[in-house]
Amino acid sequence: MACWEDILKITVNDREETVAEDSTVADLIEGKGLHPGTVLVEHNGTIVLQGRWGTTFLKDEDRLEILRFVGGG
Amino acid sequence: MNDVLKIGDRELTGRLFLGTGKFSSNRLIPDAVKASGAQVVTVALRRVDPEFAEENIAAFVPKDCVLMPNTSGARNAQEAVRIARLARAAGCGNWVKIEVITDNRYLLPDNYETVKATEILAAEGFVVLPYMSPDLMVAKKLVDAGAAAVMPLGAPIGSNRGLRTKELIRILVEEIPLPVIVDAGIGRPSEAAEAMEMGAAAVLVNTAIATAADPVVMAAAFGMAVRAGRMACLAGLGEVRDVASASSPLTGFLRSAASPASSPESTGR
Repeated sequence: MACWEDILKITVNDREETVAEDSTVADLIEGKGLHPGTVLVEHNGTIVLQGRWGTTFLKDEDRLEILRFVGGG
Repeated sequence: MNDVLKIGDRELTGRLFLGTGKFSSNRLIPDAVKASGAQVVTVALRRVDPEFAEENIAAFVPKDCVLMPNTSGARNAQEAVRIARLARAAGCGNWVKIEVITDNRYLLPDNYETVKATEILAAEGFVVLPYMSPDLMVAKKLVDAGAAAVMPLGAPIGSNRGLRTKELIRILVEEIPLPVIVDAGIGRPSEAAEAMEMGAAAVLVNTAIATAADPVVMAAAFGMAVRAGRMACLAGLGEVRDVASASSPLTGFLRSAASPASSPESTGR
């Protein structure tokens, strides 16, 4: 069990969540069981392309949006 | 007949644009696209809900189509711009359908915010197709803002009520030097044909196809109607008159001897 310093508080799609320190965007997506090819990630207002998910580390109070294309007219 | 619709860097021969919402299964979409002849297909961008099984809608759109994300969900220009930028960064290309709506009952677009979003995105190199209420002054502002086309509504989104705004759309067709694409409200192939006969450059249909009992056959029906309407427009419609105008010659009538003479103008068809 990690002590509280090892936990990051982040906001994903307007919901507060916690992740382990040193987590990357790739870890977050994998942790949610999402298929990488189907989602887009906006990290603190900037889109992060899939190729950089593994090197984009999360920080305390980061804000993320995880989005995908759906049917629409 | 070399009849192409130039929008942005594309030359389109298909004048039916297809929306991908409301299909009972995404697996119907490739067949519907093919049956309709659509070359421009719209999608939306939404937050992921991990509770629902995910599918990437883009995977169901044939690769040779223009994938046009809409900005549905945007309540102002700023949100529309954000969605457009995200979609482009995600590799969606540079086409965008601006949709800014705060009216939840009729889903009528906010023309003012739409002009603002169009100006910003056109300056950033987007091919901007704004969904709008058919107002001539707003359409002129959209031209000045750099829109690639204007997309007036025929009736509220998803209502299948047809070309309720026909007179206003007719004015846009006459006055606006951009393609006029009728978007929203078209419920029947005959209405799509009518829009094309009036000189619309294209129509965008979603609900009427996606919610038909057989969406693929309906997509084909719309495709044919759009082609028929376009051909009729190019062919030039005949004059509309208040009184009859005989189609058969008005001379050489076969008359019985007993028949009283009647003026040729009152007979013949």
